[in-house]
Amino acid sequence: MREYELIVIGGGPAGLAAALSAWEGGLRDILILERDSALGGILNQCVHNGFGLHRFKEELTGPEYAGRFIDMLSGTGVEVKTDSMVLSISPEKQVEYVNPTDGCQVACAKAVVLAMGCRERTRGAISVPGARCSGIFTAGAAQRFINIEGQMVGRRVVILGSGDIGLIMARRMTLEGAEVLACVELMPYSSGLNRNIVQCLEDFGIPLYLSHTVTNIIGKNRLEKVVVSAVDERRQPIPGTERTFLCDTLLLSVGLLPENELTRAMGAEIDPRTNGAVVWENMETSVPGVFACGNVLQVHDLVDFVSGESGRAGVAAADYVRRGPAPAGRTLKLENGSAVTYAVPQRIRMEMVGDGVQVFFRVNRVFGKSAVTVKSGEKQIARFQRDHMAPGEMERILLPGKLLALAERDTLTVSAEEVEA
Amino acid sequence: MRDVIIIGCGVVGAACAYQLSRYKLRTAVLEAGSDVAAGATKANSAILHAGYDPEPGTLMARLNVTGVSMAEEICWKLDVPYRKNGSMVLAFSGKDRDCLRELMNRGERNGVPNLRLLTGEEARLLEPELSREVVEALLAPSAAIVNPWEYALAMAETAVRNGVELYRNCRVTAITREKGGFAVTAGDKVFHGKYIINAAGVHAGTVHQLVREPRFTIRPAKGEYYLLDKCEGTRVSRVIFQCPGAAGKGVLVSPTVHGNLIVGPTSEPSGLEDVSNTAKGLQTVRELAARSVPGIRFRENIRNFTGVRAGSDRGDFILGEAPGVPGFFNAAGICSPGLSAAPAIAEYLMEQMAGRGLALEKKEAFIDTRRRVRFHELDREGRNELIAKDPRYGRVVCRCETVTEGEIVECLRQPIPPTSINGVKRRVGAGMGRCQGGFCGPRVQELLAREIGVRPEEIPLEDAESYILTGETKEHLF
Repeated sequence: MREYELIVIGGGPAGLAAALSAWEGGLRDILILERDSALGGILNQCVHNGFGLHRFKEELTGPEYAGRFIDMLSGTGVEVKTDSMVLSISPEKQVEYVNPTDGCQVACAKAVVLAMGCRERTRGAISVPGARCSGIFTAGAAQRFINIEGQMVGRRVVILGSGDIGLIMARRMTLEGAEVLACVELMPYSSGLNRNIVQCLEDFGIPLYLSHTVTNIIGKNRLEKVVVSAVDERRQPIPGTERTFLCDTLLLSVGLLPENELTRAMGAEIDPRTNGAVVWENMETSVPGVFACGNVLQVHDLVDFVSGESGRAGVAAADYVRRGPAPAGRTLKLENGSAVTYAVPQRIRMEMVGDGVQVFFRVNRVFGKSAVTVKSGEKQIARFQRDHMAPGEMERILLPGKLLALAERDTLTVSAEEVEA
Repeated sequence: MRDVIIIGCGVVGAACAYQLSRYKLRTAVLEAGSDVAAGATKANSAILHAGYDPEPGTLMARLNVTGVSMAEEICWKLDVPYRKNGSMVLAFSGKDRDCLRELMNRGERNGVPNLRLLTGEEARLLEPELSREVVEALLAPSAAIVNPWEYALAMAETAVRNGVELYRNCRVTAITREKGGFAVTAGDKVFHGKYIINAAGVHAGTVHQLVREPRFTIRPAKGEYYLLDKCEGTRVSRVIFQCPGAAGKGVLVSPTVHGNLIVGPTSEPSGLEDVSNTAKGLQTVRELAARSVPGIRFRENIRNFTGVRAGSDRGDFILGEAPGVPGFFNAAGICSPGLSAAPAIAEYLMEQMAGRGLALEKKEAFIDTRRRVRFHELDREGRNELIAKDPRYGRVVCRCETVTEGEIVECLRQPIPPTSINGVKRRVGAGMGRCQGGFCGPRVQELLAREIGVRPEEIPLEDAESYILTGETKEHLF
């Protein structure tokens, strides 16, 4: 059985950044297993720009952004196997994979980085009633058809959900000559980035229907029309508000789910809020030596933050291989306070904090002038001001080690609250 | 002139073709759709009933019990996923208890083996997720779960291997009586046959009308379902029923042979081809199922679907020669337990036809076996043997169900190759998993187009009109 220092599962932005950092951290025996035929992951089908503003201080397309990392990686000795699907990972870090040249193999590693990314929620996940005709696509599948295969998926389009991929596809399909009739969002706010609402809908005059949903799908063979209804505060359709759109295509952009089947099967603890692994401050999961980063850990809005998080996971994996397991000592548990949907990392080992811990979280509603507080019991240990927060935009705060040391209890609670203007 | 023309290739048409293919007969099957098993056969509870439901003395009662015992052997021979996991009917009240006794009594008269009444506690010992409200249960160990469309496909494929001709996209438009039999017109084709089997499902009345006014009326009723992710697939291990009501056998909760959890159906009168889901129907399913198994997490749903049962005004299967039309045999009004009874229905019809002069002379060489590769079920050694022979078995196309390119290519070489994305899904499971083809859909499309030798936009979701792609990008610029 071939033995590696580190095996990275997935060669998308998270896997690339993690492998690169682990190499820079001194590991020389690293394998990336990628299920697709090329590195880069979903970035390869994201031909629009807007990537890299934080990381590279310039606007890149998805393939360009991935290309930067692939170029950096080509200067290293990191081994890459494409067309390689991982079938299982044992807690002892034996990785079973299959590809056309090696067949079904097992390789083992001293450390593993999980970077499998996420998948799109489907029509089934939200149980949209109606017919099961053709012409209904998840936004990402349509994006692959158009940008990779060069195939058009329809001419008159309604988009359900205002996630970023849906918004991007509204613009993309318009530019390809299709007519996008409406973008329909169940919630009273969009789940996408504000810049995408402006650049992909408003600039093209595409109406966004907030607090609306698709209540029927009609079509014998191909989609013929969809019925859209307004919803009340409990998100239930309001009878009498139906309007019908004649269209041949419905795109679904109704959320992303981390792909954690391998993670669950290996026995790592999962956070039901993120659907990703529960991790320590250095992205280590509950299985020692197994790290998680990128969209398999928590669904990000910006690839730049995926790269940052994954870089930290790569460094931590290198440290684990070179120095051994993290020392025991005091631990803190992060809890979600009022208006906070989730916070990552979920746990902090004080011995490992160093300069501080970056905490990512999301709020469950739209905030104007507001504050983020971190409390241990009743004691506030940190407070951050914000002018605006929304569920569609991930927030992050840095908790310095000095402040963390002030915690009196073993839990920290992250909360959001309005502040009088 | 053919000996027998079978109209319709759902599970009943397929079972008839399979049974007839054992004999020295010229048989043709005419299927209106682009694929076999694509009507009620693919959209039902995917279970083989033990047989305690039908009234004793009916065809349903007799053929259900025989059919399920035949199914076990057929599934084993033809490599169809099948598991005899047993079923339970739950009682929540005194009235329900009476119902269980009635079912047990009927079951015993119908010849259902090993029926047993359990207390609520005993039932929960076997199925810990059952509601605390369950006061008693009827256990039927002989009930089973099956992959219904592969069951029909396997019988149809075996029939074709043994010389039966199958015509798809072949909707019958006229039937005329002629000397010694019938002329059956389907579009521009005319088939001549001595005998006809009308196994047209919801369209059985329409087909009958072509030769004579039928004495029955098809009363289609649709049933809505949830299919949940495999993480919910072990919530119960048996088929869990509630006491039947006027509208049918009620909402069941069951594992599937693929490892998912199926929950449903409702029962509402519907159009012949109305396979749409409704918010109301789905809500009914959730509410009723929660009575049996309160812990089901419906947020793990991966697909809803609806099937239309081809029931009739008769309350029993309509099997046998149509009055006044010698040689024209009906297999109509096949609602539940049609899937369970299918091979017995075929056998019953053959006896009737033999009584009307059909000569049944056995073939010397009848191929009664079928094997297909299921990569995910193989051990490492088995996988590597395959990949060494054909590296395409090393390329996983469908991630959720671990289906390889090799399996997809192989299914195209079978006697009834798929012509659509759903056809591939039914044969190898690609797109059946939790992402519902989000990842593999575009790849299957490309693969299918390449292997068949057509452009990707010519590959439909199901029938030809259900196109997926509208052409190449940038076309509007030229």
